[in-house]
Amino acid sequence: MRLLRNLVKAVAAYALLAGSISLMAGAGFVNPYWVQILELACIVAISAQGLNLIYGYAGLFSLGHAAFYGIGAYTAAYLMKTYGGQSQAFFLAALLAGGGASATVAYLIGLPTLRLTSDYLGIATLGFGIIMKVIFDNADSFLPALGGARGMTGIAKMTTIPWVVFFLLASLFVVRNTIHSSYGRAVLSVREDEIAAETMGIDTFQYKMVGFVTGCAFAGVAGGLYAHLYAFLHPSNFDFFKSIDILVIVVIGGLGNMSGTLVASFGWIFLLEGLRVVLPPGYVELRWVLIPVLLIVTMLLRPQGIFGAHEFPFLRGKGTR
Amino acid sequence: MMLEIRGLTKHFGGIRAVDGVDLLLGEGELVGLIGPNGSGKTTVFNLVTGIYRPDAGSIALEGENLVGIPPHRINRLGIARTFQNSRLFRKLTVMDNVRIAHHSHLKYGPLAALCRTNRFYNGEKELHEKVDNYLSIFMLQNRKYEIAGNLSYGDQRRLEIARALASEPRVLLLDEPAAGMNPYEVGRLMEFILLIRERFQLSILLIEHQMRLVMGICERLAVMDFGLVIARGIPAEIRENRKVIEAYLGEEVPFE
Repeated sequence: MRLLRNLVKAVAAYALLAGSISLMAGAGFVNPYWVQILELACIVAISAQGLNLIYGYAGLFSLGHAAFYGIGAYTAAYLMKTYGGQSQAFFLAALLAGGGASATVAYLIGLPTLRLTSDYLGIATLGFGIIMKVIFDNADSFLPALGGARGMTGIAKMTTIPWVVFFLLASLFVVRNTIHSSYGRAVLSVREDEIAAETMGIDTFQYKMVGFVTGCAFAGVAGGLYAHLYAFLHPSNFDFFKSIDILVIVVIGGLGNMSGTLVASFGWIFLLEGLRVVLPPGYVELRWVLIPVLLIVTMLLRPQGIFGAHEFPFLRGKGTR
Repeated sequence: MMLEIRGLTKHFGGIRAVDGVDLLLGEGELVGLIGPNGSGKTTVFNLVTGIYRPDAGSIALEGENLVGIPPHRINRLGIARTFQNSRLFRKLTVMDNVRIAHHSHLKYGPLAALCRTNRFYNGEKELHEKVDNYLSIFMLQNRKYEIAGNLSYGDQRRLEIARALASEPRVLLLDEPAAGMNPYEVGRLMEFILLIRERFQLSILLIEHQMRLVMGICERLAVMDFGLVIARGIPAEIRENRKVIEAYLGEEVPFE
């Protein structure tokens, strides 16, 4: 019964959110440009929620998040372009396949690297990110459809508000329900003190792996959505700096804080785009000066992230306290 | 035998931290492991709990081999420990510290948690009751929503024991539980240790420096020095043992 009630609530929340935004866009209250920015913000929020799981909750310092974003993007785009056409059902399958591909690669990378501790793991994932960038750059040599350094074109524009809202809510749902459960607390214990967690019966390697693989799967799905938003992929969208962008979002939002990560993702994207409108032409690139300044100010004033330990009511763990 | 350690050896470079140690812990027994700083006591704990792998020797829990088994599985087989400098999950609440230790006895699966089924809510409720139970034994039940790192020193030490108990062990290894406690707290701690042994039918191995504690509650003692067990026996015998006195105070020099 409870299951049914929760399901109804989830569907209602989804319908309300996706419906109202689509309606506003359809009625012309929001122009298509800003709808696209909103979609991008949701996609970035999904990816950031993944890194929040990896770095914020499991404490695994990953500098290769954009690589997993890219794996998902290229996988989904390739499948869709080659087999999918315009089919909505196939789009869903392609997105999940993108997430699955990222998760599989994350698992294989995790086997040797998750035994490393913080800084060393950072270096290993950084190296992986660079390798992936080189692979994306030269992808046309083994799969011409991927386009390599020239970029991948001819991707169908499939990403819509209902799709991004669905996956954003799904990612929040997964993180909330696992973190506020004994499994999530096991993940936290790994971050807090690995040796103590081990001696208390927690299989720390297993939980690190689950956190890492799930977080990378989020990035993969987000990547797939991204590929079908602009209908164009270029390796430079998945380089080291894109990993840093997500890292900054998670840190500003507050490590291990879902609400903060969510707000910071939207803030980040809308600030970038908003400044494009506000700044005089020719000074638009000043955005990249203002944002680091903002980061420094945030770290000085609120090192624990914008939300601290607070969460939006719908992201709290009911019945677990 | 609850815990049977034979010929346990561990080298760190040229240092023999533990050198052929034999230790037996019977069911329901409370054995003290004493010795000067650096004599290898904590290393023995780290070997038993699987944090280090021994170079030689055997460790068995009720006849079951423990060598080469990862720490989390050793815990599930029934051995829990505390740490010399406490290793609480300092940023988590008192309740979460205890709940995490009970994780391996969890009654719901990950899917139940994800879908928030009744099984999940019942499991969480049951877990909550268990935590209350453990915390009330240590008089920490009013502190359960506090962050563990904010507790007073004595409370933190007791929380660490509560957390170890929550993993439902049969053997408890306590590494200097009374370190930094005042005489009154030590007295209370002694009562606690005896109480939990009775209540949870534990066998306890205790590392301690405070002679009042070990002499007061341990049935048997083993004394280590430079990685070797130099004496064993009941507290009264150990008190008179020449080797032990020398290890702690140095050799007797004729006064001229």
